[in-house]
Amino acid sequence: MMTTRTTELLVGIFIVIGSASLFMLAMQVSNLSTYSGDEGFEVEARFTDASGLKVRSPVVMAGVTLGRVTNISFDEQTFKAVVKMKIENQYSKLPIKTSANIYTAGLLGEKYVGLLPGSVDDQCEDEKLAAELEGRAPDTQGLECGPQYLAQGTTIEFTQGSLVLEKLIAQFVSQMGSSDSKKDEPEEHP
Amino acid sequence: MRNSIENLGHKGLDFFQRLGRGNILFAHILIGIPGLFLRPSLIIQQVFSVGVLSFVIILVSGLFVGMVLGLQGYNTLVKFGAEESLGVVVALSLVRELGPVVTALLFAGRAGSALTAEIGLMKATEQLSAMEMMAVDPIRRVLAPRFLAGFISMPFLAAIFSAVGVNGGYFVGVGLLGVDEGAYWSQMQANVDYEGDIINGVIKSFAFGVVVTWIAVFEGHDAIPTSEGVSRATTRTVVHSALAILALDFILTALMFGES
Amino acid sequence: MTEQADILVKVRDLHFSRGSRKIFDGIDLDIQRGKITAIMGPSGTGKTTLLRLIGGQLKPSSGSVHVDGHHIERLRHRPLYQLRKSMGLLFQNGALLTDLNVFDNVAFPLREHTDLSESMIRDLVLMKLHAVGLRGARDMMTTELSGGMARRVALARAIALDPKLLMYDEPFTGQDPISMGVLVRLIRALNDALGLTSIIVSHDIAETSSIADYIYLLSDGKVVGQGTADELNNSSSEWAQQFLQGRDDGPVPFHYPANDYMTDLLSGLAK
Repeated sequence: MMTTRTTELLVGIFIVIGSASLFMLAMQVSNLSTYSGDEGFEVEARFTDASGLKVRSPVVMAGVTLGRVTNISFDEQTFKAVVKMKIENQYSKLPIKTSANIYTAGLLGEKYVGLLPGSVDDQCEDEKLAAELEGRAPDTQGLECGPQYLAQGTTIEFTQGSLVLEKLIAQFVSQMGSSDSKKDEPEEHP
Repeated sequence: MRNSIENLGHKGLDFFQRLGRGNILFAHILIGIPGLFLRPSLIIQQVFSVGVLSFVIILVSGLFVGMVLGLQGYNTLVKFGAEESLGVVVALSLVRELGPVVTALLFAGRAGSALTAEIGLMKATEQLSAMEMMAVDPIRRVLAPRFLAGFISMPFLAAIFSAVGVNGGYFVGVGLLGVDEGAYWSQMQANVDYEGDIINGVIKSFAFGVVVTWIAVFEGHDAIPTSEGVSRATTRTVVHSALAILALDFILTALMFGES
Repeated sequence: MTEQADILVKVRDLHFSRGSRKIFDGIDLDIQRGKITAIMGPSGTGKTTLLRLIGGQLKPSSGSVHVDGHHIERLRHRPLYQLRKSMGLLFQNGALLTDLNVFDNVAFPLREHTDLSESMIRDLVLMKLHAVGLRGARDMMTTELSGGMARRVALARAIALDPKLLMYDEPFTGQDPISMGVLVRLIRALNDALGLTSIIVSHDIAETSSIADYIYLLSDGKVVGQGTADELNNSSSEWAQQFLQGRDDGPVPFHYPANDYMTDLLSGLAK
C-alpha cells in the first residue's frame, strides 16, 4: 500500500505531463501559435476563378502569412467568386492599390491568396501634382487626403484568379494555332 | 426453429434490461459526483489507479504507433515526392483518430478490466453489501470516484499518446529517414487545425472516457457475485468497450469531420 | 408478548420470494431490546435473507418490518441510511474491505460518518479493537487474517458507530473451538456491556442456545417454534426435536422429494 503522499505526488506529476502534452499539441503541432482568432479587419476581393481556394487558406504577402480566407461565395450579378479574408490588425498599412492573386504553393500544393503591394493612392497629392502642372490652385475639396490603406470592408480592386492547368494549356494551344499573335491581356479588369 | 427465435427474444429482452439497469446506475453515479468534490482524496486515489498506472503502457504504445506511422507514411509519401508532408500525416492520424481510439482501447484493457474485476470482487465478497449496511452508499463511495477518475484521466492519456507519437514519428522520419526537420513541423502546423483537430480529438477522448468507465463500472456492479461471474464480466467489459469505442468513433467522426 | 416499547424489531406477516421460490410465507417475529435473539433453522431457509430484510437491503413481497418504530420498506434513501447507522451487520465472512488494513477497516465508518479528528478516531478504533482483543493486529492487511480474526475485526467495525442493533450472520460457522468460544463470549459481553440488541442467525445449536435469551425456529418459510432454550428443548414439536437433536429423519425428510426408488432404478434397465 502506497502512502497517500506518494500517490498524490504521482497523480500531480501525471496531470502535469498530461497538461504539457495538451499544450505541446496545441502549440507545436497545431496552428494555434499562428492563430490570432477574431482579431483583424476584413477585406473583400472578387475573382473570376477561385477554384482550389478554401476557407482558412492563407493570405500571404512577400511570403509572410498576414491573414486567412474567411468566406467564399458567389455573386450572381457578376458571376464572380467573392472571397472575404481577415487580415491581422498589425498589418494596417497595406496600400489601397494592393492586388490579390491566387497562387499555388508548389506544383500541386495548396492554393493561397498572394497580395502584391501597389501605390498608396493619395488623391490630394495627385491633385496637387495636376494643379502644379496646369498652373492652377489645387482643389482638394471632396478628395480623400493622406495615404490610403486597406481597412475594414475595403474591396481589393486588382485581382487575378486561379490558374487552372487545363485553361493554360488550352490558351497556349490556341495561341500556337492562331497566326494572330495577340498580346497577352491581364485576365482581369476592375 | 421456434427455440432459436425464443432464444433471440430472450437475449433481446436481456439486453434491454441491462441497458435499463446501466442507465439507472449512470444516473445514480451522476448524482453522486457533486459530493465527491468535498473529498478530493477519493478522486486522487482513483486517478492514481486508473490514470497513473495506465501511463507506461500509453507512453510505450504511443511511441511505437508514432514510429510505425513515420515509417509507413514515409514509404508511401516518398513515392509522390511528398515526404515533407510526413508531419501532417503523422499528426493528423494521431490527433484525430489513433490517439483517442487506441488510448481508449488500451485503457479498456488496462484500467477498465481492472475496475470491473475490483468492483465485481467487492460485490462477490459482500464488501459492497457491508458498506450499504454501514450506511455508506457504495455507488457514491466506490463507483462514482472511479467513474470520475476515468473521465478525467482519459483526455490526458490520449494527449500523452498523441504527443509521444508525434515525437516518435519525428524520430523515425527526421532522425532516421532524413525528412527535413523544418518541413516536418511547419507542414504539421500549417495543416493541423487547433479547433477542428486538437479540440475535437479531446472531445472524442472525453466521450470514450465516459463510455469505457461507465461500461467497466456497470459490469462490475452488475456481475454475478461468483468468481466465474466476475471473470465473465471482465471479459464483457473489454469486448463491449472496444465495440462501443469503435462505433462511437464512427459517429463522432461523421459529426465532426463529415462536413468539411 | 411484552410491551410494545421493549420491542426493537417487529416483523409482521412477512412474505418474500426469490423468483418462483417462496422463502418466507407469513412469519411474525419480535426482537426485544437488550436481549439476544437467535433465529435458527436448516440451511436454505432464508435466515440471511431475513437479516437483509431487516436492514432494508431487500424489500418484502408483502407484510411489514418495523425497526425502532420505522417502517423499513417505506423509508426513502436518506432516512434509511440514517437508520442503518444504528445497525450493525456482521457478515458470514466478515466482508472486510480488502484494500484497507485492519485499522482503516474499523476506522472506515467513523471517517465516513463523523468529522472526528484523526487522533480521536485513533483512540476510538483502538478501543474497539481492544474490545475484540485485536489491538495488536491493527497494521495487518485483511488478507493476512484468519477466519476467526477477520470476524472479530468485522465485529469491531460493526460496533464502531455504537449501534443499537447488531445482527450476526452465521458467526460460528467454520470456526475452530477456541475462536468459537471467544466469539460466543464476545457476543454476550458486548451485548451486555454496550446495551445492544443482538440477532444471531445460526444453525449451531449448542453455541447459540447457550447465549440466546429467546429462540425462533424457522422452516419452510414459517416459524415452527419459539421460546427460550429450555422451553424449546421440552417442547412437543416434532420438528423442534428433530432440529435440536440433529436426527436425520423426521418432519424434514432425509430424501429430497423423488420418484419411487425401485422405479427409478428399473427405468434405467428398460432403456
